[in-house]
Amino acid sequence: MTDEPRFEHPPEERAPSYLAESHSLRSWFFTTDHKRIALLYLVSITLFFLIGAGAAALIRLDLLTPQGDLLTNDGYNRAFSIHGIIMVWFFLIPSIPNVLGNFLVPIMIGTRDLAFPRLNLLSWYIYILSGLLTLYVVVSGGVDTGWTFYTPLSSVYANGAVVATIVAVFISGFSTILTGLNFIVTIHKLRAPGMTWSRLPLFIWSHYAVSIIFVLATPVLAITLLLVAAERLIGIGVFDPRLGGDPLLFQHLFWFYSHPAVYIMVLPALGVVSELITAAAHKRIFGYWFVAFASIAIAVIGFMVWGHHMFVSGQSVFASAVFSFLSIAVAVPSAIKVYNWTATLYKADVAIDAPLLFALGFIGLFVAGGLTGLMLAMLAIDVHVTDTYFVVAHFHYIMVGGSVTAFFGGLHFWWPKMTGRLYNETLGRIAAILILVGFNITFFPQFLLGYQGMPRRYHVYPPEFQVLHVISSLGAALLAVGYAMPAFYLLWSLLPGGRRAPANPWGASGLEWTTSSPPPKHNFIAQPVVVRQPYDYPLAHPASRDDG
Amino acid sequence: MAEGGVQEPFARAARQREAERLGMLIFLASEVMLFGGIFAAALALRLEHPAGYVDAAHHLKLWLGTANTGVLLTSSLCAALAVQAARNGQARWAACALWGAVALGTVFLAIKGVEYAGEYREGLMPGMATTHFEGRTQQLFMNLYFIGTGLHAVHVTFGLALLAAAALNRGARQDRHAMLIGNVALYWHLVDVIWVFLYPTLYLAGVR
Repeated sequence: MTDEPRFEHPPEERAPSYLAESHSLRSWFFTTDHKRIALLYLVSITLFFLIGAGAAALIRLDLLTPQGDLLTNDGYNRAFSIHGIIMVWFFLIPSIPNVLGNFLVPIMIGTRDLAFPRLNLLSWYIYILSGLLTLYVVVSGGVDTGWTFYTPLSSVYANGAVVATIVAVFISGFSTILTGLNFIVTIHKLRAPGMTWSRLPLFIWSHYAVSIIFVLATPVLAITLLLVAAERLIGIGVFDPRLGGDPLLFQHLFWFYSHPAVYIMVLPALGVVSELITAAAHKRIFGYWFVAFASIAIAVIGFMVWGHHMFVSGQSVFASAVFSFLSIAVAVPSAIKVYNWTATLYKADVAIDAPLLFALGFIGLFVAGGLTGLMLAMLAIDVHVTDTYFVVAHFHYIMVGGSVTAFFGGLHFWWPKMTGRLYNETLGRIAAILILVGFNITFFPQFLLGYQGMPRRYHVYPPEFQVLHVISSLGAALLAVGYAMPAFYLLWSLLPGGRRAPANPWGASGLEWTTSSPPPKHNFIAQPVVVRQPYDYPLAHPASRDDG
Repeated sequence: MAEGGVQEPFARAARQREAERLGMLIFLASEVMLFGGIFAAALALRLEHPAGYVDAAHHLKLWLGTANTGVLLTSSLCAALAVQAARNGQARWAACALWGAVALGTVFLAIKGVEYAGEYREGLMPGMATTHFEGRTQQLFMNLYFIGTGLHAVHVTFGLALLAAAALNRGARQDRHAMLIGNVALYWHLVDVIWVFLYPTLYLAGVR
């Protein structure tokens, strides 16, 4: 809002919005406009979310009975493998960066597009190519290794389409690397005049941090999966103990990527929540630099904690102790963020809208997931709950309760900007609460199950666990309703006659709210010049919300 | 790549050049991490089988690897000279130096091919009918050797295509900022640097 007067042009002077600019299919599939590519990603990841959710539904239905009546043993393995692979690589990792990040990074720093627009389109096509290969895996019978591809199961014993799955994930990595590269260069080289590093929105800081992980961690997964594929095809033996190879080496390499990948999934969410909280509180963020550098600290320390996935692998106790310490240390920057959001909300005149409800839900679930993460970082507790539902519940609190909730919050918050339409706020609030309640009913019982000893990846279990499993499955049904609701009222808002969004429906700061909703093709009519600090509330010209 | 013209979303050519260079460097950082996995595997192998690793490395043709190191370093020198020539406005020299780099890179691949052929005859290539190893560690080592040098050779081939494309591109040769040639040369130097680490890891480990 810092420069709003600059952009108050009479309607006839306005350029057509990026959506109205052209309507041909060609103008969508060969677009280099970051905003259109963001929408292409939104449609594609929603598709994959549906497939991954379908697999989750099969899992929860099967677990209703202790005998596993719905699926065969092999079918159950394939269901949770497809669920994990699709949700991690084809939904969660691209979700916030490639949809919201793609749309917002150039607008928030006041430029026309990402630094390499054609590369951006290429990364969508690479993603689609890898996605099609994954769909082929799904229809050809799936894969039974779990999303972790542990050797020697994946390299020798698994009987599904392992190589095709590995190639799909391998290809999707290029899409991720190109996106990260594009974000880093854009943030370094294309900031508007006056947009200094100290004036960057926190959303940008978290995307900068996640881009570093994209670029440095993804290639390690690529080479690791290449070695697994070579192992499976020609038996090169690097991970095969029969040849003197080391299966633990696989775990080290895999988690060197995959633990940072957890931060790939949660860092953009942290950025989204910082925006939602400040906009709802109409206050400057408490401790800007702490929140900004916490993102960088998480990215850096996140590279040094992978060994906490291997406490029971037989690695040296000294290594385990160091990894345990570092894993506890990485909680500090996460906690700083939570405290600073809370301090921002303190004594604020808070607007209780759907985005804030999602953000508050995020904070609660992220704290629960984070604290149980601390428990898992303790060597003694971890040995007790390794490979149980406690771990499953913990990472779902972070990845689903955290990242997916933040994604939904961000989608609601920026929906008016992306589409130029206002959604039904009442339905939005109901969905936010439904998701929070449904999520907790689904996953809280899994903490109890895990602590009592229910192992993960088993579908036949002792009858005494059935009550908690049934509660969890019922919660999942509620959660599904919560996730399905936005699909209807958000799409409903797009119908002819839907309410038009003003430039700044939330009365929020940030350059994206100074341009029209939806923005013109080049984002701004004139090059913005930034003269104020970020989150410069109260706004000089507070815009009124016309949404009762 | 920029051929004098400024492309969306940049306003100034100088800023666009900075962005392209930064983009290339970030890409190379990810390439380093890719090969990092190979080096980690080699390190683990050597830690677990110190004597067997040295024995297996002893079977590689040290003199072919050494010759190839010289060839690739010289090729890299040619690429560096091409950048300097383009900056000085000597488009002809830039083209000559680029073709020199291509020629030496091709020699590298040819020597590598001769080496692979020899290893195939000795039955050291994995997955072949004639394959027979002296021991498990040699099998592991040779497999890693083929993965590492093979992945490197893929990068060499890709780099040769880039060098040739730059040499054929008149605009790139005449660009006093040497943007395209500079970025291609950076990629070529990285291919070189990776070899500089592969050579001691695989070949020099066998020197007794």
